Amino acid sequence: MIELSHVSKTYEAGVKAHALKDVSLRINNGEFVFIVGDSGAGKSTLIKLLLKELSPTEGSIVVAGKDLNKMRHRDIPDYRRKIGCVFQDYRLLKDRNVYENVAFAMRVTEASKKDIKRRVPQMLSRVGLASKYRSLPGHLSGGEQQRVAIARALVNHPKILLADEPTGNLDGHNTWEIMKLLNEINQDGTTVVVVTHDMEIVRAMNKRVITIYKGTIVSDEEGDAS
Amino acid sequence: MRLSSLSYNIRQGFKNIWRNKMFSIASIATMAACIFLFGLFYAITVNFGGMLKNAEKGVAVTVYFDDNATQDQIDEIGTAISKRSEVRTYKFVSADEAWSEFQKSYFGNHKDAADSFADDNPLKDMANYEIYLKDVSKQASLVAYLEKLPGVREVHQSAATARTLTDFNALVQLISFSIVVILIAVAIFLISNTITVGISVRKEEIGIMKLIGAKDSFVRAPFVVEGVTIGLIGSVIPLVILYIMYGKIIKYVAERFDALSDMFAFSSVSSIFRVLVPISLLLGVGIGYIGSRLTLKRHLHV
Repeated sequence: MIELSHVSKTYEAGVKAHALKDVSLRINNGEFVFIVGDSGAGKSTLIKLLLKELSPTEGSIVVAGKDLNKMRHRDIPDYRRKIGCVFQDYRLLKDRNVYENVAFAMRVTEASKKDIKRRVPQMLSRVGLASKYRSLPGHLSGGEQQRVAIARALVNHPKILLADEPTGNLDGHNTWEIMKLLNEINQDGTTVVVVTHDMEIVRAMNKRVITIYKGTIVSDEEGDAS
Repeated sequence: MRLSSLSYNIRQGFKNIWRNKMFSIASIATMAACIFLFGLFYAITVNFGGMLKNAEKGVAVTVYFDDNATQDQIDEIGTAISKRSEVRTYKFVSADEAWSEFQKSYFGNHKDAADSFADDNPLKDMANYEIYLKDVSKQASLVAYLEKLPGVREVHQSAATARTLTDFNALVQLISFSIVVILIAVAIFLISNTITVGISVRKEEIGIMKLIGAKDSFVRAPFVVEGVTIGLIGSVIPLVILYIMYGKIIKYVAERFDALSDMFAFSSVSSIFRVLVPISLLLGVGIGYIGSRLTLKRHLHV
């Protein structure tokens, strides 16, 4: 479960800029939620807060039972291992092949070689890239690269998957393929939070939609397919 | 850290070195130059110290007795000398031995000149104790002590020689130490630069590692491996060069300046390298480790 209570985030660079203002929301286990809004609305700040890349100026954030404000620096790695994240620019290691990119997420958790050898091919099959395990990211299409990123995000069995504009760089066909994959992941029990400004896919997926405008939640609507 | 993670991080450290080839080579070269100069100064200091010690061995304190000193008093002076910790060796030189030694030194082959003295010993009041010290810097205190002993007429010392040797030894050590400290600082700075470049090249990768839950130690490990490896390679290369060079130099000097072999008594290759190898390796690894840790602390807020 993700719970934000009266969260505000202010950036200070000469003048104060309010990225988020008094945001409260609750996302239950197993939900699929879209967070939408224009550029600069505060969507990415929200993702950064959930990943504990930033701390709120005010308010509390509780994720999977952990109060992020009280989390010690040394406990952050363990926390992040329980949260998968996917980004618009994929953030793959360009000098390592598909297998190594996914294995990398397990290596940082100091997983055993045996577990890595067993789990990585499973994840690559899951995202439909088993045959391309030796390819370098530069030789893959945008959609394929995002699939590798998703495989990497899921390889450590996270309870929550955060996706920041996952289809921002993709064409129509690949966008739908990725959304289909995220939906399947959600069907398997993972909580999925997708930040996007692509209203076409939001409407088509028919899930819960939280709209942020200038740092404030202006609507929170349940979808028929939620 | 798991064994597999350790081997992974070691591999990554080597890859870092390879990726930043030019900076790595520059760091290794600087480190090698530092360790080389360190080794060179060490060898010079040790040999110089050895030569000074040799010279010090010849510096003696001579104790002469009162004209009316009894044998008991002379024996007591001998006992007092033997109890002093700074004394390396001492010997009693009788008036006859002193005269005989003088004849050998000054008359040489002109035996007739010595014979002209017949049984008359012009050095009959010159029986003495000849004292050699472990450390010439202690000479002044020993002389002050000896002068107060009953039965002692005069104590001869070569104060200027002792002071010069002591001061010179201290100066050589001070200069060597200062140069080594400066070199270490330069080496740390350069390794730090290499690691900084490594961090900037891998900034994206580090960001990804942190986002997917890598612990600080896991992020740091490859950079520490990189620093330590550069330090290690940078210390092995000069050690090999110094080993070959030192052996050749002492052989050359021994052959070329045979007459001065007593003065230039070089320390053996094994005695120098028995100390130089562990210190240089430790220095190389230590500088690499400290350089990388300092840089990580400054540039890597993990």
